[in-house]
Amino acid sequence: MDTKLTTKTAEKEGATIMNQPVAAQDSVYRVDNLNLWYGDDHALKDVNLDIKQNEVTAIIGPSGCGKSTFIKTLNRMVELVPIVRTNGVIEYNGRNIFDKEYEVEELRTSVGMVFQQPNPFPKSIYDNIAYGPRVHGVKNKKILDEIVERSLRGAAIWDEVKDRLNENAYGLSGGQQQRLCIARCLAIEPDVILMDEPTSALDPISTLKVEELVQDLKKDYSIIIVTHNMQQAARVSDKTAFFLNGEVVEFDQTDRIFSNPSDKRTEDYISGRFG
Amino acid sequence: MNSSSKGSVRELIQQNRKQKFSMKNIMERIMPIVLFLCAFVSVVTTIGIILTLVIETEHFFEVVSIKEFFGSTSWYPLNSQPEYGIWPLVVGTLEITVIAMLVAVPIGLTSAIYLSEYASERARRVLKPILEVLAGVPTIVFGFFALTFVTPLLVKLIPGLAIYNALSPGIVVGIMIIPMIASISEDAMSSVPKKIRDGALALGSTRLEVALKVVVPAALSGIIASIVLGMSRAIGETMIVTIAGGSNPTATVNPLEPVQTMTAYIVQVALGDAGYGTVEYYSIYAVGTLLFVFTLVMNLLANWITRRFREEY
Ligand SMILES: Nc1ncnc2c1ncn2[C@@H]1O[C@H](COP(=O)(O)OP(=O)(O)O)[C@@H](O)[C@H]1O
Ligand SMILES: [Mg+2]
Repeated sequence: MDTKLTTKTAEKEGATIMNQPVAAQDSVYRVDNLNLWYGDDHALKDVNLDIKQNEVTAIIGPSGCGKSTFIKTLNRMVELVPIVRTNGVIEYNGRNIFDKEYEVEELRTSVGMVFQQPNPFPKSIYDNIAYGPRVHGVKNKKILDEIVERSLRGAAIWDEVKDRLNENAYGLSGGQQQRLCIARCLAIEPDVILMDEPTSALDPISTLKVEELVQDLKKDYSIIIVTHNMQQAARVSDKTAFFLNGEVVEFDQTDRIFSNPSDKRTEDYISGRFG
Repeated sequence: MNSSSKGSVRELIQQNRKQKFSMKNIMERIMPIVLFLCAFVSVVTTIGIILTLVIETEHFFEVVSIKEFFGSTSWYPLNSQPEYGIWPLVVGTLEITVIAMLVAVPIGLTSAIYLSEYASERARRVLKPILEVLAGVPTIVFGFFALTFVTPLLVKLIPGLAIYNALSPGIVVGIMIIPMIASISEDAMSSVPKKIRDGALALGSTRLEVALKVVVPAALSGIIASIVLGMSRAIGETMIVTIAGGSNPTATVNPLEPVQTMTAYIVQVALGDAGYGTVEYYSIYAVGTLLFVFTLVMNLLANWITRRFREEY
């Protein structure tokens, strides 16, 4: 990857000590002056955000404002685009994810991601869930069986698939596929789950199921969810960040953003005047 | 054309539509027939080939029993007491095929994985045409390459190696098949959607893990089909084995000794002076039929695999 990373870390690092038991309200991500370019296209501009543990953080904003770009930066998936350049610091649990020593596989093992389009592997339901643990060295069949059941239960899809674990995942409905992808993510027990418009390809009932799931998962995971749908942000999230043209316009408690935003542009957006 | 008012264009179109025998209408009627006839040529050819094979083969089996053909293990059609046991030719053919696949499958698949998962757009643009050039080299050139380059090299490495042997043409047939396996497999792997790779990468897999544990299984039907088609090519390959394999129909599996494949036998007889109507003459049709059945089964198998195991994403 020919991403050029400029790190201006020093003073930030060491502020939080790694591997210490953290209190409920500690930051999981601290984004400090993040800038990102696709070639010459400046897609993220001086983004500063502090994302707390065991909260649901919603990212809202009109199409093309950089929501996907931002969330993909948090697990460095954005670097798969060869022309991307980033600049700034993202501390994940106190460590700058752009550090040269930070292995991207390690980061992605503890930061899971659910995509806009359900993307199960063309394998059996069982093998979809077992894939992650297997890649990370879990071979014992009994342990894998347990992981598969626990993850599928965690994603509220166990009852629907328990009798067809050996069938191909593409036989499931879109909503089921998406919950399967959430289960696949839970199987390696990440700390954070990133979700990029996880319900935009789903019908209303499946959407509701995924939203309930998000509420449920909050106990054990920090969740960052991009959504196009403001009601969804209002329903599921604790904090909301409003992005516009690659900038964070406002970041606050969700109820404040929706009842009493401090920026005129936020108000315009949530009242449906643009986007 | 002058800009005409709205009504006049509509009128013009309607007028044209009324003409029954316009060029357009005639073409519309004739073209399907022409297209059908063109397609029909290849169907007729296939039927003709099959008929010839079957009829001449029947003549062969009027003299030689099916029991001898499949039961005997010696093939001496030129002896005063000729023997027609097909096994030495089948063994020779399979021997070449196995050696070729041992060369072509690992190299072909590795190239396909490299091209699909690792190569930059630029590298791919350079390498794929090179592969295609390799696929376009006439087999006679490969044959001389085997005899004049690979065999002498092998003789240096393996003392006592016969000048005509199975190993050298086997390796070269394998080299010839590499582009086929690489290119079909690469197509199958490239058509695995990006979102599936992303899903695997987001779980903390390395690129190699994504390639081997997600992309290759997802493209397996295409990969297997490429291997089966490659085998079919190897079984039917003629020039390389005729030139570098010798003409010694022994039922040995030792790759260091001369062999004769089914195809090489047909060449030998066809170029010789077997008179029309002799058993020897008919024998090439019997061998040809068997060869045809082999490759047909392989191609059907490849077809069936791609259809039966086609992955949906
Ligand atoms: N792969 C890419 N290559 C180049 N530009 C991109 C790419 N992905 C996104 N962009 C640009 O970055 C900006 C933000 O896109 P994105 O993050 O997808 O927005 P959102 O998810 O909010 O709709 C857009 O202007 C888009 O054109
Ligand atoms: Mg997006």
